[in-house]
Amino acid sequence: MNAIILSALLGVVMMFSGIVLKSKPAIVSTALASLVLLLIGNLLETYGIFSIRVNTHDMLDFTKFGYFFNTLAIAATLLYVILSGKDVIKVGNYPADCFALIFFVLCGVSILSSFNNLLMMFIGIEIMSIPLYILTGADKKNLKSNEASLKYFLMGAFSTGLMLMGIALIYGASGSFGIEAVKLANAVPGGALPQAPILDVIGLMFVFASLLFKVSAAPFHFWTPDVYDGAPSVFTSFMSTIVKAAAFVAFIHLFENKATEMGNIWKMLMVLTIIATLLVGNITAVFQQSVKRMLAYSSIAQAGFMLFALYSRNDMAKEGILLYTVAYSVATVGIFAILIKMKDYTFDGYNGLAKTQPLLAACNTVFLLSLAGIPLTAGFFAKYWMLASVVKAGGAFAIWLVIIAVLFAAVSVYYYFRVIQSMYFKEGNAETTEISQGFKIGLLVMAAIILYVGINPDGLLQWFYL
Amino acid sequence: MPIQYYIYLALALFSIGVIGVLVRKNAIIVFMCIELMLNAVNLLLVAFSKMHHGVAFAIDKASTVGIDGQLFVFFIMVVAAAEVSVGLAIIVMMYRNTHSVDVNFLNRLKN
Repeated sequence: MNAIILSALLGVVMMFSGIVLKSKPAIVSTALASLVLLLIGNLLETYGIFSIRVNTHDMLDFTKFGYFFNTLAIAATLLYVILSGKDVIKVGNYPADCFALIFFVLCGVSILSSFNNLLMMFIGIEIMSIPLYILTGADKKNLKSNEASLKYFLMGAFSTGLMLMGIALIYGASGSFGIEAVKLANAVPGGALPQAPILDVIGLMFVFASLLFKVSAAPFHFWTPDVYDGAPSVFTSFMSTIVKAAAFVAFIHLFENKATEMGNIWKMLMVLTIIATLLVGNITAVFQQSVKRMLAYSSIAQAGFMLFALYSRNDMAKEGILLYTVAYSVATVGIFAILIKMKDYTFDGYNGLAKTQPLLAACNTVFLLSLAGIPLTAGFFAKYWMLASVVKAGGAFAIWLVIIAVLFAAVSVYYYFRVIQSMYFKEGNAETTEISQGFKIGLLVMAAIILYVGINPDGLLQWFYL
Repeated sequence: MPIQYYIYLALALFSIGVIGVLVRKNAIIVFMCIELMLNAVNLLLVAFSKMHHGVAFAIDKASTVGIDGQLFVFFIMVVAAAEVSVGLAIIVMMYRNTHSVDVNFLNRLKN
């Protein structure tokens, strides 16, 4: 509860700080201080020292997993603001509002990590997405940003409509908004609705489709490249990491129990979705010329790996999604922070970066290796946990699914290494904007996190069991 | 009236909304179609709420079963209003820059 209430309050505080504070660096400092406060608030509740208690009538269920995910999301946002805070204030005329919206997104994230009712899931997803529509269009004079924002908004609202239809049908069939699996034979006494089991499955399919949209998985991924490309780079970084991980947590939390209602269709459906997502993401990313657009497609490909957690739905998958959140968020935030500093977003723009900015190139290499899943980086163990959970869950397709995933991981190495090749082995003069000492230290810290988790994943996961 | 009629009506309205979103080119009309989808859901939720209440009422006169469906409708209306305010602002922002609200304009990013 702390995280939900504090993030909403701090969002309002940030909004008003824009009136009081006239200097832009002061606004970044306020945001940093507020994030630290939020992190402390969440940690206090995790260890049961202090928490704001509100009777939620069982609509919210606070679990250790939820607390830990909140901590990770808030910490990732903190790193993001440390690295890219100076770039956030360059977008638009009202920097304080951008930070306020980021806090509102965090409020949605913390609802999504703890919902116990379809109503709260709907509210959480909306609180998370509506500020994102605004952030996408934050660069008001830029036509690309306008276009991305309108596209994201129309598609997002459409998928919300689908989700609501699904929820309504589930409610009609089962008579409750709870997220636990129901036995439909007893759900409607008197049998007012004989078609209840069919309606329930159709409803679940609607919700499934709309959640696939939110995590940008295969049949509903088409908005992702355009929106990620058009949005201001700082906000793409936020959208494609923390927000995406939160959508995944909601997805897993909902279908953890509900998937049993769909019976045998579920595994078949997941296999098809995962393969389609991996295929579209990886193959299209190979042909991109712009690093930003390549990262958009690679985020679809990474979503394909995260979907494994939905196939297996066991404890290992839950640990896996936490590892993936750290590995993917930290690496992507780092890569985007470097991308924002580049003058040219194409692969050629990175030519010779190792000569002009050796430290940036080295850190970028660590992040890219992590995304590709090379051992000794966090990305390797994230992918390993996901694949191991599928093997553990078993099923007719499990082994084939793992083989296909590994093959696609090999494909992904190609486009990630193209950036490394540009940086180290091509002649050129990569131009960057001014790079401060603090930025370099921030990058080093993130690279260290990636390597530490890559060597010792239990070092992260043990906090989950404390 | 049987609940099936309400389901058909809501699904028909919903389908009109979906088709409108897919076919129409004017951003405001697309937006109206999305609202139509949400309102179809509202109608369906209220109908289901009444249905569940009717079943429970026959057993226990003091039952409040089905009240959550109607509560959900209020939440949808509030969230839809928030979405409208953001959406119209985005459309106005685009209109200022391009003097058009045609979604065909949205092809610039596909290079």
